[in-house]
Amino acid sequence: MFGNITSSMLLAILPEIALLVLITVIFIADLVLHGKQNSNLAGITAVGIAAIFVLTLIYARPGETDELVWGGMLRHDWLAFVFKLLFLASGFITTLFTIGWESVWRKGEFYVLLLTSLLGMTLMAASADLIMLFLAIETTSIPLYVMAGFMTNNDKSTESGFKYLLFGAMTTAVMLYGLSLLYGLAGTSNIYAMAESIAARAIPSPVLVGTLLLILLGFGFKVALVPLHFWAPDVYEGAPTPVTAFLSTASKAAGFAVLARVMIAAFPSILADWQTIIAIAAALSMIVGNVVALTQTNIKRLLAYSSIAHAGYALLGIAAASELGVLSVVYYFLVYAVTNLAAFGVVIIVYHTTGSDEISDYAGLSRRSPMLALAMLLAFLSLAGVPPLGGFIAKVLAFAAAVDAGFVWLAVLGVLNSIVGLYYYLIVLKVVYLFPPKDEKAIPTRRSHGIALATSVLLVLLLGVVLAPWYDWAAASAASLF
Amino acid sequence: MDFINNNILSLILFSPIVAGLIVLLLPGENKQLARRVALGLSLIPFILTVIAWVGFGAAPEVDGFRYQQQVEWYPAINSSYHVGVDGLSLSMVLLTTLLAPLAILASFSVEDKVKTYMFLFLALETGMLGVFLSLDLLIFFVFWEIGLVPMYFLIDQWGSASGERALWNGMKVPARRYASFKFMVYTMAGSLGLLLAIQVLGVVSGTFDMLALFQSWPSVTGTLFGFPTETVKAVAFWAFAIAFAIKVPVWPFHTWLPDAHTEAPTAGSMILAGVLLKLGAYGFLRLVIPLYPEQAHQYAGVLALLATLAIILGAFAAWGQRDFKRLVAYSSVNHMGFVVLGIAVAAFAAGTEDAAIALNGAILQMFNHGISAAAMFFLVGVIYERTHTRDLEEWGGLFPLVPVFGALLILSSMASLGLPGLGGFVSEFLVVRGAWPVFTVYTALSMIGLLFTGAYILKGISKTLHGPLNEHWKGHLTEINRRELLVMAPLVVLMLWLGLWPAWLLNVINQAVVAFFG
Amino acid sequence: MQIPYILSAIVFLPIVAGAVLLFLPGKDRKLIYSFAFAVALITFLLSIAVYVFFDVSGPRYQFEEQYAWLPQLGISFHVAVDGITAPLVLLTGVVIFTGVIISQRIDDRPREFFAFLFILASGVFGVFVALDMFALFFFYEIAVFPMYLLIAIWGWKQTREYAAMKLTLYLFIGSVIALVGGLAMYFSSGLGTFDMIALEGANFSPEFQNLWFPFVFFGFAVLGGIFPFHNWSPDGHVAAPTAVSMFHAGVLMKLGAFAALRVGIMLLPIGAQTHMWWIILLTLVNVVYGAFIAMVQTDFKYMIGFSSVSHMGLVAMGFATLNYNGYLGASVQMVSHGVMTALFFAVVGMVYDQAHTREIPKLGGLMKIMPFAGVAFIIGGLVSMGMPGFSGFIAEFPIFMGLWDANYPWIAIIAVVSIAITAAYILRAVGRVFFGELPAELEGHMHDIRPSEKLALGILCVILVGIGIFPGVMLPMVQAGVNHALALLGGG
Repeated sequence: MFGNITSSMLLAILPEIALLVLITVIFIADLVLHGKQNSNLAGITAVGIAAIFVLTLIYARPGETDELVWGGMLRHDWLAFVFKLLFLASGFITTLFTIGWESVWRKGEFYVLLLTSLLGMTLMAASADLIMLFLAIETTSIPLYVMAGFMTNNDKSTESGFKYLLFGAMTTAVMLYGLSLLYGLAGTSNIYAMAESIAARAIPSPVLVGTLLLILLGFGFKVALVPLHFWAPDVYEGAPTPVTAFLSTASKAAGFAVLARVMIAAFPSILADWQTIIAIAAALSMIVGNVVALTQTNIKRLLAYSSIAHAGYALLGIAAASELGVLSVVYYFLVYAVTNLAAFGVVIIVYHTTGSDEISDYAGLSRRSPMLALAMLLAFLSLAGVPPLGGFIAKVLAFAAAVDAGFVWLAVLGVLNSIVGLYYYLIVLKVVYLFPPKDEKAIPTRRSHGIALATSVLLVLLLGVVLAPWYDWAAASAASLF
Repeated sequence: MDFINNNILSLILFSPIVAGLIVLLLPGENKQLARRVALGLSLIPFILTVIAWVGFGAAPEVDGFRYQQQVEWYPAINSSYHVGVDGLSLSMVLLTTLLAPLAILASFSVEDKVKTYMFLFLALETGMLGVFLSLDLLIFFVFWEIGLVPMYFLIDQWGSASGERALWNGMKVPARRYASFKFMVYTMAGSLGLLLAIQVLGVVSGTFDMLALFQSWPSVTGTLFGFPTETVKAVAFWAFAIAFAIKVPVWPFHTWLPDAHTEAPTAGSMILAGVLLKLGAYGFLRLVIPLYPEQAHQYAGVLALLATLAIILGAFAAWGQRDFKRLVAYSSVNHMGFVVLGIAVAAFAAGTEDAAIALNGAILQMFNHGISAAAMFFLVGVIYERTHTRDLEEWGGLFPLVPVFGALLILSSMASLGLPGLGGFVSEFLVVRGAWPVFTVYTALSMIGLLFTGAYILKGISKTLHGPLNEHWKGHLTEINRRELLVMAPLVVLMLWLGLWPAWLLNVINQAVVAFFG
Repeated sequence: MQIPYILSAIVFLPIVAGAVLLFLPGKDRKLIYSFAFAVALITFLLSIAVYVFFDVSGPRYQFEEQYAWLPQLGISFHVAVDGITAPLVLLTGVVIFTGVIISQRIDDRPREFFAFLFILASGVFGVFVALDMFALFFFYEIAVFPMYLLIAIWGWKQTREYAAMKLTLYLFIGSVIALVGGLAMYFSSGLGTFDMIALEGANFSPEFQNLWFPFVFFGFAVLGGIFPFHNWSPDGHVAAPTAVSMFHAGVLMKLGAFAALRVGIMLLPIGAQTHMWWIILLTLVNVVYGAFIAMVQTDFKYMIGFSSVSHMGLVAMGFATLNYNGYLGASVQMVSHGVMTALFFAVVGMVYDQAHTREIPKLGGLMKIMPFAGVAFIIGGLVSMGMPGFSGFIAEFPIFMGLWDANYPWIAIIAVVSIAITAAYILRAVGRVFFGELPAELEGHMHDIRPSEKLALGILCVILVGIGIFPGVMLPMVQAGVNHALALLGGG
């Protein structure tokens, strides 16, 4: 059915193929390795992902023109390419952070799930067909449900997994309904043929907007937009922290990749309507995320609300519906992913020693482990949007896109929100730097964690100081949608 | 020699502050050394002034000023370091450089922080000289203000150690702190108007050079800042006049003066009365009349009235004092009243012969008062150092104990009173002679004021020297010593000299009067 | 004379040094201080070089460097100094050098302290030399942010958390609002560049300028302490540790004023002309009200803090006149006030370190114990009250002339009152703290300041007196800068 399989078609799914291979390898390794040796599983996974990353970077780079491959199922373009790299990088760092996490590492199935989810994400980023899209979303989500509840001896984790599954299933059902409606209305499942066909059939826009709302319900759930955010804090808190890190970065980024592609490609006819919807969602997400974050005492819940707010900022770019807008989304996620991974990295390392996620237990971190405190400082400041860290550039681009598209009110709202954000990030840093430690002992850091943390912090800095190459990537991604 | 000739005014101006720095940087704690070095170095500006005086007639004259020198200073707003002298300023410079070494000699009894004291004193001298020498309005203001600082500290730190003053909220502060604060805030507040007015002149004319302003400013017409020029000029005139009136001080702006004089150390009082008060009068002569001839004419009556009030009320107030130093302080208000009267005449009747006579008198009176007031304050200081009181009631009949001191006190008092044959007579006569045809009533009233002058002077002398001897002082009171005599000697000589043959000074002054106000 | 890479060096040296510091062993205080001192000294020397080798008769911008940064958006690392900023660079160099010396006795985590201080310094340098609006914002935020930690960690225990947060939020709000304005300019110009020299010629429409000018101007002016957004500053100054107060009041507030001029007035001149009549009234409130509030303070440091509000009001006022004299005065006032207030805070810090109180009535007689500090404070005080012969006069005089020039006679007349009030509170403080009797409870607890501290104070005093007596050392440079800036107002 695909006709001749060309090399470019294979290159387009090179990371997916490689991930499948890696999954197989892990399966076998899990069978072969016993006892203590199981601890090598994480290492194999990490090295494997790193290798795939390099492979993708070198060989899977899209050409001058964007092309639909595999019968229009996938699109081989820069947006997909950049996001795939982003997922792989997140996967790599997450894997490193899983090392040492009781009841998670040494289990082959965990890494298989992780890799499967990663595979789903790479497909999400490239999907050009509603069917493929749905499959990809499910391939991503189902392993995540399991991973969230992976610590079976922990009630919170179990609850987290179950909650995630229930809500996820429900919204997925609604989204599927929306997708099928869309198919019915447009008569095609290909996203890139849709706009034309909708225009040809002169579908009344209220109907289309209604359909869109159903679909957005599913997307919004994935990226935890207000009012579909309610699951996030509980799930983030209960899930094993490395999983939370993965959820809040790669998974969220995948959702945005899809959102950007579908909205821009499929719904130009109701542009103004969906811009308004997205703008309202952005505003609500920023406000609710930031305001509720103010009252949190648990660092994971705080980061959960902050990630809701960040989804709001990133939405500014989607609402702008311009090249600059999409560019800002891509840049935002490049930054946000590494920043949040760094933040969660610190949380993971601290948890290993203190066994607590309460913010008050971070007191005196700067005296106990100055370097860890510094990493936290940089990560949080980047989240707050302070130069010379990536967060600043990301925010500037997002606000710039909003101003450029005439959403000045949204930009101003974003600005005000970033101040609220600054406030609660500073509160955490105050605890870290100002309060006396309860325990003077230094906090040990595993080498793997150290590498992961250093990598992410370095990337945060690089994204904030050396701008041009990243910008080129983001610009190419944006260009591929227009 | 060429160098000295070409830069003589700058040398006069800056040698005191350089001397002050040298004293400040002297190594060790040797007080006597500091004193001697200060005295020795303070003679340099005096000698230079004498050289300038001698060569004055021969020096080239540009626009009425000699020894001019102009150097770029603040080109961004067109202000330059421009100095020059005419007869008026040169006589004031002479007074200053003469009194400074004497005052330093008088302060040899200061024991506390000698080096700092000497530095401040010499800095003060530079400040005062700067006012007399500047031909640039901004530089004038710079020196005008900068002189306040050393004076403030001299009063605040070396003023009389005893005494307290209650503030409005009942808090007690040392009297010298109160006095120094009052002095500073009064004069600074007065300067604020001056500052604004100088800005107006600068903004309108685009320059601060006095010689240029004398030409351009009086002829400005039209509207300024949305007001008629006349209004602006009248306001600016009063801004100048009040600033200078506070310094002179003209009644009713005089209330800072008794406090400051009384609390200042002896040498401080000498300089304060001898030179600092002259700055105000000099400001009237140098700036107010040339810059605002019309306004000066218009408001001369007011000025004459205030001068008369200063003469009469100053005398009354002096008469009412128990504190000898306060008495002398109020006498300054009284004497400076004549200076202001002379200025008022000049302002009203500019160009007439009467005006010229009155002006000559006023300027001479400035010089004379500088000498006699310095002498009086010094003598009060001498007796205060011995008795630690300034209360007239606690002395009495001291003449037999200290005959030389007594004689000097009587001589100085008489000079101050204006006894014919001594300095004060000539100048007051000239002022009155010039003022009579112009402000007859005021002059007549002032003459009555002179009667009270006699009354308080005699009161001072009699309470101190005559009457029943206060036995307490017998054996305690020592005669005036050699150093103190050395201070008095030049002053006495000048009193006599100016009384008997004032022409040497009047000639120089008259040149300026003719050139500047003719 | 062209010195290659000097501005890059001056901008990046401190931040790199700060990063290196973080990797030095934290226990070795001596090493850390020596390192910090060396870096501060080099920075100081570099800033002197910039100042000295600036060619007054040369082109508007000198030591220019430009490297592509994000060419896609027209962002470059474009730096240079002009006649207004060269003195400010010197000011920053002076304050960082003296600030490091004064901070020798920081006990708690000196490594982090100096590191953050250096990051701050880099930000400040960056703003002063930036010719690219994006770079300006970038460094502006870098300069604002470390303040939070510096105050919160090393500040005065009683108010530091509150003050640090208040300060950071105020400044952050201001800067992001200005940022939105900056973005609006970028898009509206259609030039596709953030280069401010290009944007100067963008000819924004009057409607655009009138709309956006207040955002940009006030966004930055918050840091300049403009009324009614000055509230953060006294609290911040008081809570901050000495060196940070010096840096903050001395340099950082200038950042706000300068950026308000550079981005606000110079890029949106028509907007400035439309709005200035009411902004100047606000600055008048700053000047007079600030002085009054300073007068009623009993806390030594609060007094200085409010005096900064008053003096920074003069800077804003000078710029608000939109004419030659006003610009000239305001530019000099930035330097003069910077040095003066650094001096003040340094002395206050030295007093507090020993006396452990800043209540003016509880102090006294310190002249006998620390005469050098006393004299330095008096010199600062004289500058503060605009005494001729000191830099304050050189700065304030043209500002007032500017007011006359711009036909604001009443403002000039009212503002001048502040000079008398300033004199009153400065004299009162000098009288109480340095003269008078040493309180019994301080007897034996106080000692003279260290030689290195004397050096620091000496440098600051020399600058204040030097500019006052020889305005020629700075004025021609400022004049050149001002003339160029004025050309943007249409010949001015």
